[in-house]
Amino acid sequence: MSPRKWDKVATTVLYMISVFIIAVLAFLLLYILISGLPHVTWHFITGRSSSFAAGGGIGIQLFNSLYLLILSMLISIPLSLGAGIYLSEYAPKNWLTDLIRNMIEILSSLPSVVVGLFGFLVFSINMKLGFSILSGALALTVFNLPLLTRKVEDSLQAVHYTQREAGYALGLSRWETVIHVVVPSALPGILTGMILGAGRVFGEAAALIYTAGQSSPPLDFTNWNPTYIASPLNPLRSAETLAVHIWKINSEGIIPDASAVSAGASAILILFVLLFNFAARYFGNKLYRHLTGARERG
Amino acid sequence: MKNDDIRASLMKRSRAAKNERFGKTLTGLCILIIITVVVSIFFFVASKGLATFFTNKVNLWKFLTGTIWNPGATDAQGNPQVGALPMIVGSFAVTFLAAIVATPFAIGAAVFMTEISPKIGRKVLQPVIELLVGIPSVVYGFIGLSVVVPFVRRTFGGSGFGILSGTFVLFVMILPTVTSMTIDALNSVPRNYREASLALGATRWQTIYKVVLRASTSGIITAIVFGMSRAFGEALAVQMVIGNAMLLPGNLISPASTLTSVLTMGMGNSVMGSLSNNALWSLALLLLIMPLIFNIIIRKIAKKGAIR
Repeated sequence: MSPRKWDKVATTVLYMISVFIIAVLAFLLLYILISGLPHVTWHFITGRSSSFAAGGGIGIQLFNSLYLLILSMLISIPLSLGAGIYLSEYAPKNWLTDLIRNMIEILSSLPSVVVGLFGFLVFSINMKLGFSILSGALALTVFNLPLLTRKVEDSLQAVHYTQREAGYALGLSRWETVIHVVVPSALPGILTGMILGAGRVFGEAAALIYTAGQSSPPLDFTNWNPTYIASPLNPLRSAETLAVHIWKINSEGIIPDASAVSAGASAILILFVLLFNFAARYFGNKLYRHLTGARERG
Repeated sequence: MKNDDIRASLMKRSRAAKNERFGKTLTGLCILIIITVVVSIFFFVASKGLATFFTNKVNLWKFLTGTIWNPGATDAQGNPQVGALPMIVGSFAVTFLAAIVATPFAIGAAVFMTEISPKIGRKVLQPVIELLVGIPSVVYGFIGLSVVVPFVRRTFGGSGFGILSGTFVLFVMILPTVTSMTIDALNSVPRNYREASLALGATRWQTIYKVVLRASTSGIITAIVFGMSRAFGEALAVQMVIGNAMLLPGNLISPASTLTSVLTMGMGNSVMGSLSNNALWSLALLLLIMPLIFNIIIRKIAKKGAIR
């Protein structure tokens, strides 16, 4: 065959591979939505899950997922902002900083099940938090911190140095420049990273099995006092999240409608992931337009 | 103003300097917390994982090569039966197979996005890949359970649970990661390489095959190793489709287990401090060490293949 023919063949093959990948995603999404959405009713979304009979809902699990997400983001956003600012603006260029960067990279490459076991050992047992929302939130923070920090650092680094010099020229201290000049112009990137991180946390299960627990005690949605044992806000109660629920009913559960419930729960999970994805895109672009007046993000 | 006042105000730390110090301390503290977390992960998991060998006096070699995992029982010599080989083999098998299947697709998609049609790539494939990354692993596990396992059962026989199903699930899971890292590698090949090749009369495919892919080999290998590191640590999706039989896998369609699957199933059923619990922590330690090794490999490759 002539080189020209080979070129044609290769191009065709590459097109086919791309189409295949798109088809895989389309299949995954359609399968989940088609098999799951018929089960999604108001009763399913808000109902209590059952441990052995058919017809259980996912209300508490959904609430737990959202509550855990908020709690862990409350801890990890300030921490990752601080760490990212330090690495980008203050850290001197030396072996120690390199070591710190390496440590963060290693933390991000650890399997989430190891992070979960670490959380189980330290938060649940050593700190005596037990299987609780709080230890789950802390484990998720450990899981999410390295990526968020990395994202913050990258976004800050992308801000041109002339912006910083302008700040210094106005007589601002470095800290004031960072807070009032650099962080605001890096905000679109930081926001996108945070929302995508939230999506990751929302679907995470391996880190939660042994920290937030696999059971969901009945909640009293009329009492919102965080110290009351059945209060939805009590951070020391055990809380099975949506992702853990899907895993649990598929691997250990005995409910007869496991595949229907997990299809419905997966559909909800996927919808949230899509929501996070589009929100990240939308708000990132909107903020960018707002800050710069430019049409498209460059 | 008296001289003394001026002197005092000059000697005193200014408001800006105080501000500066405050900011540096605050952000430094955040870094310190992260470092503490990393160090304590290694400390706690290692102290638990090494207890098997120091407290329970299990032979490290026997642990790594033994084929029977039954921590509650002892063998004829009175040694505890904690052979981790079935899980180690299972983990490496799914990891390597998934990487082998995913690599051609990842490279193909990346080449398509950078060399053939950057426009379709950015508008269509990029969002597709980002969405694939975002799908939670339990959802992959559920689809594996309801689609891949029956498919394998119908096509190859057996129960459908096993390394082959795990490979299929992991393949889809690491594909986006490997693809996006390969794209970065291809994009870092200087433009004039391509232009030089095209100017010599090479076709586009010849340019891709003989110049672009050769120049970015180290970056592509880095991407593959990174994907393998991901696959090695993936827990729930694999656990749901692999069958969880702690036997040395004889073929690809019989139930097997991985380090992660044993950990997720077993940790809740053992008592803290007992041998069976310590042995599980040793598996966790193994899982902790492997990303480090993958990391070192990536670094070595990156150093060797940097385009100068």
